[in-house]
Amino acid sequence: MLKWQKDLVIIGGGPAGLAAACAAKDSGVCDLVVLERHSELGGILNQCIHNGFGLHYFKEELTGPEYAERFIDEVREKEIPYLTDCMVISLSNDKKITIASQEHGLVEIEAKAVILAMGCRERTRAAITIPGTRPSGVYSAGTVQSMINIEGLMPGKKVVIVGSGDIGLIMARRLTLEGAKVLAVVEIMDYPGGLNRNIAQCLEDFDIPLYLSHTVADIQGKDRVESVLVAPVDEKRQPVLDKAFTLECDTLILSVGLIPENELSTEAGVEIDPVTSGPIVTESLETTVPGIFACGNVLQVHDLVDNVTNESLRAGKMAANYIKNGCLKPCDIKTKADLNVRYVVPQRISQEEDVEFFLRASRPLDRVTLVVGDDLYTKRMRDAKPGEMISVKIPKEKLQNLVDKELTFSIREGK
Amino acid sequence: MAEKEFDILIIGGGVIGTAIARNLAKLNLKTALIEKEAELAFGTTKANSGIVHAGFHSEPGSLKATLCVKGCNMFPGVCEELDVPFKENGILMVATSKEELPALQGFYEKGLLNGVRDLMLLNRSQILEMEPNLSEKVIAGLFAPHGGIVSPFELAIYQGNNAEQNGVQIFLESPVDNVVNHRDYLEVFTSKDTFKAKLVINCAGLFADDVARFVGDKSFDIKPRKGEEYLLDKRVGNLVTSTIFPLPSKNSKGILVIPTAHGNLMLGPTALEMEEREDFTTTQKGLDVIYNSTETLVNGFSKRDIIASFAGVRAASDRGDFVIEFSKFAPRMLHVAGIESPGLTASPAIGEMVLEMVKGWYKENNIKIEANPNFNPRLPKRIRLHDITDKRLEEAIKKDKRYAHVICRCELVSEAEIIEAIKNGARTLDGIKLRTRAGMGRCQGGFCTPKILQIMSRELNIPVSKITKRGGNSVLVPYKSKELI
Repeated sequence: MLKWQKDLVIIGGGPAGLAAACAAKDSGVCDLVVLERHSELGGILNQCIHNGFGLHYFKEELTGPEYAERFIDEVREKEIPYLTDCMVISLSNDKKITIASQEHGLVEIEAKAVILAMGCRERTRAAITIPGTRPSGVYSAGTVQSMINIEGLMPGKKVVIVGSGDIGLIMARRLTLEGAKVLAVVEIMDYPGGLNRNIAQCLEDFDIPLYLSHTVADIQGKDRVESVLVAPVDEKRQPVLDKAFTLECDTLILSVGLIPENELSTEAGVEIDPVTSGPIVTESLETTVPGIFACGNVLQVHDLVDNVTNESLRAGKMAANYIKNGCLKPCDIKTKADLNVRYVVPQRISQEEDVEFFLRASRPLDRVTLVVGDDLYTKRMRDAKPGEMISVKIPKEKLQNLVDKELTFSIREGK
Repeated sequence: MAEKEFDILIIGGGVIGTAIARNLAKLNLKTALIEKEAELAFGTTKANSGIVHAGFHSEPGSLKATLCVKGCNMFPGVCEELDVPFKENGILMVATSKEELPALQGFYEKGLLNGVRDLMLLNRSQILEMEPNLSEKVIAGLFAPHGGIVSPFELAIYQGNNAEQNGVQIFLESPVDNVVNHRDYLEVFTSKDTFKAKLVINCAGLFADDVARFVGDKSFDIKPRKGEEYLLDKRVGNLVTSTIFPLPSKNSKGILVIPTAHGNLMLGPTALEMEEREDFTTTQKGLDVIYNSTETLVNGFSKRDIIASFAGVRAASDRGDFVIEFSKFAPRMLHVAGIESPGLTASPAIGEMVLEMVKGWYKENNIKIEANPNFNPRLPKRIRLHDITDKRLEEAIKKDKRYAHVICRCELVSEAEIIEAIKNGARTLDGIKLRTRAGMGRCQGGFCTPKILQIMSRELNIPVSKITKRGGNSVLVPYKSKELI
């Protein structure tokens, strides 16, 4: 087996990996490589041909491929080496990476630092255990997106979508524009999973009905999907079958959430946060294994690629610091998701740096106050929605006022 | 349409039909196998739990007991010859209350009578040494170290490939419409062809009684019994080493925790008798039953770990035992029916038994037959990117770079393996999946399905819109973009 040595290996050539690579190179890391499993750089952005990307980072509205292109161009300008059609097969605790590459065959790379930027995958039918038959015509939203936008294929004519996550909403619009009839978007919660702008632009503008507090309770059809049974759910989110109705369709699309792809991270001994399903990281985005960093959707599922970019730029810079100094500041203070907060990233801080925290509300709330620590920092907000990530930047001067070893985040109703 | 003439015609391409085909290929006879589905192993075999039973469940003296114990002993050899994933992981039946102890002792004694090797009774601390993740409720166990797990569909597919390589002809998508009994032959009508054969072997599984009815034979009925199974992520694949059984219920061996041959954990099956033979639906009730009963056996998994669910239907008969006999109504028809659990385990032994019965039939009828001089029991060892430690892998990549081109990232399946599967007969997406595991992992084909469709389209020279999931009308992507506007 070939053996290489690198200062920095970045696993994943999507928006996270590309931004991390650019920042690392800018911070002086020259011996680096980006590993991408697809035949093109850009990751999942390549199939996101809709617009709405870059409003925050570039202050202009781009499509997914356009957004990716800006970073691909930058990687090429900076002459950052990358491999495509290259799959990482294993990652060890001491940062040895085995790859299978069409170009080089099997290679073992020994790295000083690693940035995990593998992104996420979609939850499947089994994850939500929809009963019924197993016909063809049941796909996850991202798969359909790739079929239509990359391969030029159409999976069906009459479609029901389960889950109101952003990809599902965007695919409802895409399928309609491609001539399919989207009969319904069915959401088990009593609020939509995706961004407000997508509800308006993808469903309301096309008169696609959204059934909140409903679920698909059965899939019917022997060879191909023939119909699905849609049922309202009770307080325990169990289907109320005597109020169910049948929708005849040939395709069922699932948009029921994303899971960070951390199989390699786990193999390397990286500790995973059970709520985010991503690694536990410090303010420097370093995981519990020194020298292994994480950014983008492998760390936490983001709503906006602009946030992925910012997070990843930081990961690249911090990995460069690590390579230069051999270690980073110890981070002994833990963050904790408290009242109405589902999670907080980063999970560890040092009190010696300004930190931008990312958190999600556990339920939709109006007129709230975000409280960090015991009134260490407060921020009033018009509302808090689980579908929209909250970010809050706290300067180190304030963080240094913390006396506990734990920094709590809560969202209180009212002022 | 010309009639196709064979010495022997096997009806059914499941694990039993293909085991028989492979054995009959040892004779210098003209043999064919017909299967109603688009590919081999697409019926009951596809949903089999994959357990190679040790043989302490079945009644002493029954065909089930004899053929199970014999089959279990044959499994390592057969799987080695055909390069089918098999592990001798052992079977552990556990008691969770004092009331169950006499029954456990009963199975121990039954196992001894059946000739199960190295059977042993264990107390709780001995069990925990072997299986630290068993629940607090487990108090004693019966361990059969030679029980195992196999990939059941790969076994059937490769038995079929091996039979074909040794001269057996296979006809797919050929459901039997009728069988007519003549003095010197049987005539079998399918939707495509008509076959004439001196002997017909009925391994039609769920439809074996229908095939018998065609020649007026009502000597057994198939009583379909559905089972649901849930497959868990490989993350929890190592929670147990052996296959964990509870004490059985009246109509099944109970709901088990099975570490599969590919490193997943599987829970199931349920057992529900029903009229419908092809009801492959999973139900909320099934999931609840499975989850509640396995939770009391093993600690450490949750519903979040489920990556796939499916259901299969066991082709049990009303006799309670396997039906392996010549029909009294059509002496040229040999039934191999009612092959429910432990049918997979018994399959190599059934294959041998049927070979002997066929030889006997020819002898009785004074027809001289010879051995097939070219019979080769082995298939070439396949190269799998997944086996990264395989020394041949680097050599293979040097010759064909597509061995390093990963298509299925969850199960690490390369493009070359998919092309190989197509060469070995895969014609449907499920056919690729069963042979290579592409699409069987935690993302359930989310990422690789579009890629596999393109490879299939290229290699088989058919448009993507014609590719099916498993034959029939199960087309996957019927239209092109812009076609519906």
